[in-house]
Amino acid sequence: MATAIELSGITKRFPGVVANDQVNLTVEEGEIHAICGENGAGKSTLMKILYGMQQADSGTMKVHGREVRFVSPTEAIAAGIGMVHQHFMLADQLTVLENVILGAEPTKALGRIDFEAAREHLREVGQAYGLTIDPNDLIEELEVGERQRVEIIKVLYRGAKILILDEPTAVLVPQEVEELFRNMRGLKEDGATILFIDHKLDEVLAIADTITVLRDGKTVATVKPNEVTAHDLAELMVGSELPTPETTESTVTDQVALDVESVTVLDEDERVLVDDVTFRIRRGEVVGIAGVEGNGQAELVDAILGTRPVHRGSIKLMGEDVTLLPVRARRERGIGYIPQDRHREGLLLTAPLWENAALGHQTQEPFVNGIFIDRAGSKERTEHIRKEFDVRTPNVDVHAHALSGGNQQKLIVGREMTADPIVLLAAHPTRGIDVGAQAEVWDDIKLARSKGMATLLISADLDELIGLSDTIVVMLRGGLVATLDPAKLSPRELGAYMTGAKEGAA
Amino acid sequence: MSLSRRILLALAAPVVALVVALAMSSVVLVLSGSNPLEAFADMIGHASRLETMVDILNRATPIYIAGVAVAIGFRMNLFNIGVEGQYLLAALVAAHVGALVDLPGPLRIVFILVVAMAVGAAYSGFAGVLKVTRGISEVISTIMLNAIAITGLIAFLIREWQAGGAIQGGVGRVGTTPIPDSGLIPNMNPVLEFFTREIRQGKQLTGVLVVAILVGIVYHLLVNRTRFGFDLRASGINPFAAQVGGVPAKRMVVSAMVLSGAVAGLVGMTEINQVGFFPANPIKGLGFTGIAAALLGRNHPAGIILAALIFSFLDISSGVLQFTGAASREIVVIMQGVIILAAVVAYEVASRARERQEAKSAAEALGDVKPSEEAA
Amino acid sequence: MNWEKLPAWLRWALYAAVGVFVLTVVQDFDETGSLTAAGSSQSMLRWAVPILLAGLGGLFSERAGVVNIGLEGMMILGTWFGAWGAVVYGPWWGIVLGMAAGAVGGLLHAIATVTFGVDHVISGVAINILAPGITRFLSSEVLTTLPGGSITQSPRVPGVGTFTLPILGGGSIGSWQTPDFFGWLAGREIFLISDIASIAKGLVTRISWVSLIALLLVPFTAWLLWRTRFGLRLRICGERPQAGEAQGINVYRFKYIGVVISGALSGLGGAFIASPELSGIYLEGQTTGRGFIGLAALIFGNWRPVGVLGGALLFGYPFGIGLRDLDGSASHSLILVNAIGLAAVAIWAATRGKRVDAVLALVLGLAAAAWYLTSDTLPDVWINILPFVIVLIVLVFFAQRLRAPAADGLRYRKGEN
Repeated sequence: MATAIELSGITKRFPGVVANDQVNLTVEEGEIHAICGENGAGKSTLMKILYGMQQADSGTMKVHGREVRFVSPTEAIAAGIGMVHQHFMLADQLTVLENVILGAEPTKALGRIDFEAAREHLREVGQAYGLTIDPNDLIEELEVGERQRVEIIKVLYRGAKILILDEPTAVLVPQEVEELFRNMRGLKEDGATILFIDHKLDEVLAIADTITVLRDGKTVATVKPNEVTAHDLAELMVGSELPTPETTESTVTDQVALDVESVTVLDEDERVLVDDVTFRIRRGEVVGIAGVEGNGQAELVDAILGTRPVHRGSIKLMGEDVTLLPVRARRERGIGYIPQDRHREGLLLTAPLWENAALGHQTQEPFVNGIFIDRAGSKERTEHIRKEFDVRTPNVDVHAHALSGGNQQKLIVGREMTADPIVLLAAHPTRGIDVGAQAEVWDDIKLARSKGMATLLISADLDELIGLSDTIVVMLRGGLVATLDPAKLSPRELGAYMTGAKEGAA
Repeated sequence: MSLSRRILLALAAPVVALVVALAMSSVVLVLSGSNPLEAFADMIGHASRLETMVDILNRATPIYIAGVAVAIGFRMNLFNIGVEGQYLLAALVAAHVGALVDLPGPLRIVFILVVAMAVGAAYSGFAGVLKVTRGISEVISTIMLNAIAITGLIAFLIREWQAGGAIQGGVGRVGTTPIPDSGLIPNMNPVLEFFTREIRQGKQLTGVLVVAILVGIVYHLLVNRTRFGFDLRASGINPFAAQVGGVPAKRMVVSAMVLSGAVAGLVGMTEINQVGFFPANPIKGLGFTGIAAALLGRNHPAGIILAALIFSFLDISSGVLQFTGAASREIVVIMQGVIILAAVVAYEVASRARERQEAKSAAEALGDVKPSEEAA
Repeated sequence: MNWEKLPAWLRWALYAAVGVFVLTVVQDFDETGSLTAAGSSQSMLRWAVPILLAGLGGLFSERAGVVNIGLEGMMILGTWFGAWGAVVYGPWWGIVLGMAAGAVGGLLHAIATVTFGVDHVISGVAINILAPGITRFLSSEVLTTLPGGSITQSPRVPGVGTFTLPILGGGSIGSWQTPDFFGWLAGREIFLISDIASIAKGLVTRISWVSLIALLLVPFTAWLLWRTRFGLRLRICGERPQAGEAQGINVYRFKYIGVVISGALSGLGGAFIASPELSGIYLEGQTTGRGFIGLAALIFGNWRPVGVLGGALLFGYPFGIGLRDLDGSASHSLILVNAIGLAAVAIWAATRGKRVDAVLALVLGLAAAAWYLTSDTLPDVWINILPFVIVLIVLVFFAQRLRAPAADGLRYRKGEN
């Protein structure tokens, strides 16, 4: 078998970080090659270099034995490489066809796009891949899984023989993952070489022909799946066993902290986002909400937090009706919030850490003194958070953007936990952070739970959801469709509920 | 990052902007056959006279107030382009109403200031309400409101309210009914003369300077020290994070626009207090110079002072070029434009440099990157 | 029938027909001759052209993701260089130089926003401050040396000439004076038909070549942006530049092209303002915010070429009427038209269950009606601001239904998500 890709000595630095440090990688033609490593190990950077989106500071790249230098994706595409990004590179307001042909438009005279030829070619590619989507649909009308397929078609449309998939399974439920893997095997049979990034070890072992592990920007090992166990891989990835979230004995009390009663949320066009949802969380309890993204979980959290109006139903906090209260009043009464996107909702990136620590609590001790902000008190509290929650920073005056993702997340978790919330709304609390920080966040939640905190947990990581929750409810198309006991639940089973293949209480 | 380094970085950008503006205008002057050195020397020479300095301070005062008005919006990522219309409308109404009511001196002064602030606040607040209730960008609405105020409302009202005006410097000027002298803020000549010498040519240092200083102090305390200011800045940096952090987004938008407009209402007070009424042909453009001052001064209460002085210096001292003939005085208008453009570019470059520097020093402080690795 | 599925031009043509109908009724009711007079539509077109050009300019820029509030400044550059070029080198050179000057303004905006990542609105405002500075300086250096020029105005500016469409408008082919179809129809005094013919006559009689170019730019822009490779690539920069980057498209280049084109078009609009069609002279401050109104037309038109044309005609109409309306009676009739329009908005909102909008429109409509009934003429100050008020009212009711390109106004840096 010939070599498809050969990278040697690739090094890439960013201010303050070495993302790739003398990385070597060899990919054979026609194989499925997995790149493993935890968040921040340098996987995505390496793939972006291979795809020409970033340029290595040093090192050489060979494609099919020929040395190449990519200064933009154009050259990579010309060399037969295509990439499906973790954040889809699709324009919501353009059609499927426009998105697919972008950059590879068939044209007639005067630069007119030959839409007929494009549609024809798209149909051929779609059929070969076993997929038909209406090319005139707008991207915004598609589901997550469909968008991913559009991305893959986009790559195939250009005739790419080497496919890079960056964490393709992160947004999929187990059933969709299986379908993706079937498609990947099909592509491999047609002669494609696939490089894919993943950090779910069972998935990697199930599909990959070869596995390369990155750690701290360096290649640690290249192994065959039949030679290693998940345990070995974890050891290679993080230098120790991968932590798993497992709750100890139940701390659930019978005091209801959050009482959500028949809550319905509509959007501006009066479409139902959250449909008559009812559940309770008692003190010391973690209720997990499972669901494919976009089924109303985010809107439910917004409604409880108060950033979205509730059209029908009521929300009670410790027996008090807070349905009509503004966000600030709810937070002062003890609702904590860990947002799913820390950059969008969690932080003031260009403000110092101590101001970030005050955000959301700026009306409460020790951050405030009358109408003035208590700067000394705020800094002291931030120092406390820094120590207790192990936020690695030179001081509390640096701006939040200077911290790594894991440390930013620990700051947010620390900020919310230190305020001793009665109810914590935690949306994807460990998304995109390294395993060390992940384990710490889990421990923090468990500790607070044992002290009586009620937690609403949303996560796309089904292991996390099953491991941390006392109860799991499943959301589908805005409504609660099942209430499950995590102790008797496998991720696969949960996935079946999430896609609607299974219904009712277990 | 050390404090000195920080200050250096903060000052580097505006200095670069000024140098670029000087260089560009020099090139333009040389091309048009003038000697830039001579022109600048004339301007500086003129500005070093006490009487010119009084003029410069008198012009810097409204520019500073306008700068603060704009900066209040900027701190929340709101762009109040409408300061221009707000201050003119506010000054007109305040002068008219202030002349008609019968109040003892000091009370009349306060009354006029309050009316001006209220009118500015209302007109600007309208744009805020349009933004939160109808989703109209304040950039567009304040531009439209400027046109409506200046070519419509003011033109109409000044015709309705026009009085004989007053004789000033031997020239009769038309405008609203004159305000009695007791209702005008006294000039500050005695204070300045105490430190310097007698001020000649009948120049008067405006008493509104004190108002401007108060505005600056309140602005600093309010934005940088209070809870309200925290909410304001948080909304400016990241409105989504501020909202989940309990900041009432819509109310903040309206509050910020109202505050900005209230300050804008004070811009015209300098002229009202100087001439004693609202003239039919008032000084225009201060709102836009205010935008420039806020940009060059980086919304910093002290930074805007420097910026206001620079723009005022260019405005006033260029007058001398007409007499010396060293160059066309219009060159300063180009300079002002170049300064703004160069300043915003320079600030952008500097802040990017600062970000990189911070990320690096944060990582280094933690030992994530060993120097040897960096060097490799 | 699905209203939204109709082609844009047809939908807008229907809007226009309804508009003409209302004007006709009001005109007959009010016994003012000028609402649908050929002279009015001619004058509307002249006033609409600069707004249209600025709006189309904005379209190119914002479709590429760069908000361009500097249109006004670029237009100012266009007026000065258009006038100066026409005076010194001849009318067509004026057009070329006006466009070039606007393009340089656009280039400046592109350098600041695209290369240096400066906030788009701030850079635009800076250009709006810089442009009058440059023209004033140039006036003091150049115009004062021309006979008849001064620091605030130029000598008379020659124009590129006009033409009248043969047969429809009675233009001549060679030495043959063709019949004047619209004129004949307008003279027949048939309800509505004659009014439409009269308006149409104004649109085909003595139109400037520049107006013709501007009008042709509308379908051309639609074709260029939605049918060609260039257009798709430019639009991706306004929707999701990272997606373009991932396919090897040089996003910076397309943004630059979009912004420079936007400057050139506003410059052309500026040159037109200084041309004899509207002024025949350069006068300081003569753009009077039309760059901003172009921006409003862009928003009103939902970032689409035909919509921009609709906005330009709508905003140009009261200006055009006001210009010819010495006694203020026609503008006075326009208040009634506004009242009817607001009543229509109220009904539209009510049928869609938007109660607040309906009540608001009704109140404003009643206020307009009351104003109409209690006055006989409209003082000129109100005529001057009528277009701005219409812009605001239109935005109040429709701003939330509009959709800017997704990445419009956002800072884009290569390699960042």
